[in-house]
Amino acid sequence: MSLEELAQIRDKVRSKMNIREADPNNIRVLVGMATCGIAAGARPVLNTLVEEIQKRSLQNITVTQTGCIGICQYEPIVEVLEPGKEKVTYVNMTPEKAVRVVSDHLVNGNVVDAFTIGAAE
Amino acid sequence: MEELSLHILDLAQNSIAAGADQVKLTVEEQPSNDTLTITVLDNGCGMSAAQAEQAADPFFTTRHTRSIGLGLPLFKMAAELTGGSFSLHSAKGKGTQIRGVFRLSSIDRMPLGDLNGTLLLLIQCNPSTDFIYTRICGNRNFELDTRRIRRILGEVPINRPEITVFLRKYLKEGDLELKGGVYLDESGRACSNQRQGEK
Ligand SMILES: Nc1ncnc2c1ncn2[C@@H]1O[C@H](COP(=O)(O)OP(=O)(O)O)[C@@H](O)[C@H]1O
Ligand SMILES: [Mg+2]
Repeated sequence: MSLEELAQIRDKVRSKMNIREADPNNIRVLVGMATCGIAAGARPVLNTLVEEIQKRSLQNITVTQTGCIGICQYEPIVEVLEPGKEKVTYVNMTPEKAVRVVSDHLVNGNVVDAFTIGAAE
Repeated sequence: MEELSLHILDLAQNSIAAGADQVKLTVEEQPSNDTLTITVLDNGCGMSAAQAEQAADPFFTTRHTRSIGLGLPLFKMAAELTGGSFSLHSAKGKGTQIRGVFRLSSIDRMPLGDLNGTLLLLIQCNPSTDFIYTRICGNRNFELDTRRIRRILGEVPINRPEITVFLRKYLKEGDLELKGGVYLDESGRACSNQRQGEK
């Protein structure tokens, strides 16, 4: 892995990029990352989400962090925001659950009800 | 928190909350001095002398979502527990430097843990902040400077998954070089003087 290889990857990404930017269906995935979230294992959850999304070459999804969502007892928390749909809040997340959320929800559009805050309450 | 890399993540989050657009993270292991030194230096809003005085007190926080801040007090405690030390230097409007020195061989020293995971997460989540990461082991060092990466990338965002995957491999190879051909063990504890593979 050298920085020359990075230039090649950049060129590949660039050729795909226009398609993505024009996509109105961008999905945003937010991971709660305050001290409480970090302590509860948000880091492997976030890194798993990114890896799975890359593996499946999903183009219209961005993963970022948010601060403390204020419901620390449910951390790690993952929120999925899709244009035109209600926000889905997943709680007590693990890397394994994150894989399910990518394959069921992000790829196939099926919310994993069992992991949502509604199921936890 | 059971890994030093999670403390580093937490300290870097403080820097980002302070509006820093540049965060320098340095992790230096010097087996000959029995020290592990973690330094986080940012160009964020800084603290007044009075704030800096209180910052490592668990009952001080400027956040509003929770009444106590734990990041700094826990980091300070973790360093002091090993017989090491903690320092904080801050200048209002200029930035902050936090440093913890740990005794490498202390049984109370937490493992470093997944440093690369911490760094990737920070870069992924804060695409407009620059991170200058330096890892030193004895007389070897490795650096990842996102300003350099960004210059190569041009308009391609640094948090694209393809780029994250590249950075992950790049960091892993950096570890290998740092160890002179010896991979870290899972816990990240194995920073040794190993010189195998050295020419
Ligand atoms: N890098 C920094 N720059 C400016 N202020 C900081 C920095 N780190 C910590 N602080 C101040 O110290 C307080 C305590 O930090 P911390 O112990 O991590 O708790 P918390 O982040 O939960 O508030 C913060 O609320 C902030 O006001
Ligand atoms: Mg903090």
